[in-house]
Amino acid sequence: MHELGITQNIVSIVSEKAGNQKIKRVKLEIGKLSAIMPDAIRFCFDICAEGTVLAGAILEIDEIDGRGQCNICGAQMPLTLLAGICACGTNDIKCIAGEELLIKEMEVV
Amino acid sequence: MCATCGCSDSAEPKIVNLQTGKTLTLQGVEHSHDHEHGHGHEHSHDHEHSHDHEHGHDHEHGHDHEHSHDHSHEHPQSRVISLEEQVLAKNDLKAERNRGWFEGSNILALNLVSSPGAGKTTLLERTIKDLQNEFSIGVIEGDQATINDAERIARTGCRVVQINTGAGCHLDAQMLANGLEQLKPERDSVVFIENVGNLVCPALFDLGEKSKVTILSITEGEDKPVKYPHMFRASAVLLLNKMDLFPHLNFDLEACKKYALSVNSKIKIIEVSAQTGSGLELWYDWVRQQIKSRQSR
Repeated sequence: MHELGITQNIVSIVSEKAGNQKIKRVKLEIGKLSAIMPDAIRFCFDICAEGTVLAGAILEIDEIDGRGQCNICGAQMPLTLLAGICACGTNDIKCIAGEELLIKEMEVV
Repeated sequence: MCATCGCSDSAEPKIVNLQTGKTLTLQGVEHSHDHEHGHGHEHSHDHEHSHDHEHGHDHEHGHDHEHSHDHSHEHPQSRVISLEEQVLAKNDLKAERNRGWFEGSNILALNLVSSPGAGKTTLLERTIKDLQNEFSIGVIEGDQATINDAERIARTGCRVVQINTGAGCHLDAQMLANGLEQLKPERDSVVFIENVGNLVCPALFDLGEKSKVTILSITEGEDKPVKYPHMFRASAVLLLNKMDLFPHLNFDLEACKKYALSVNSKIKIIEVSAQTGSGLELWYDWVRQQIKSRQSR
């Protein structure tokens, strides 16, 4: 369960940025193809936030849909898996959205 | 046990240097607990219960009370601060430092990943025996616990350092940096990093290696590449191991290759048996090619 370590990272990055300001809300962007489970992050967040400036903060997670672009013909398509086949027949597709793991913003009091 | 992350002392990452027999606890790794363990929270409840309220009910109901709300509620304005911060940025930065160090020392670093029991250590033992006369090899072993694998590697005569990740399910770039300090690999050598057996997390944590090599044993089923696409996508090579068992299994080899290529059209697939040695020459050729391309850089 790498979400625990990742949540610790989130808390440590936000704490560092916040200094001693109290955090009211944190917003993350997690891609649906990122191999990170938002629910597991939510599960870990309160425990990791305890005793930090993030204690009691609201966690918002925007989930980003997967999108691919064909390396051969350049067409774009939605991706629900990290694999796909382009209309032109190739599977040489790069993922252009859906692998995000980003701390978007924080709201300080 | 630490309430913040559930770790206990025995779950702290540590490094065992098989050459010196020294054991070190990792400090400054990602898991180095920025939260304090000093539990210095004070529970001195200074609230006073002296209720000075008077119950003399001479309240007047002449409603000429004025609602002049000029009380300042002192709600400090909350501010939204844009961060746009990559959660794994710290690891990626350390990984790039490792990568630079490898390049500076002309070392080829390969990150071997698989599920537990796919045969990483057996493959490595065999590879070391067959190639150690061609170039110097060093090994970083990653496991949650025990130095069993490092002991197996040490018996080949190769330099090896064991990293026990404790609660961690993968190696991270800082752990590798600390392991390298102990291993002290020679210039122009090859470093094999045997990651923790896990097909999910190691894909997310760049260590600074040149390439990832996934080992999939054919006893695991042909659909692993689509079940765990991140790992196969991140790898340059797929070694299909335990091919000696092929006659005894219902393993659909062509489907497996098709699945692997569907998540990574550039992955190089090599069928091997670390037990019998079949196919290993193709794997060795790939390693030699990497060394050559490194030297021509």
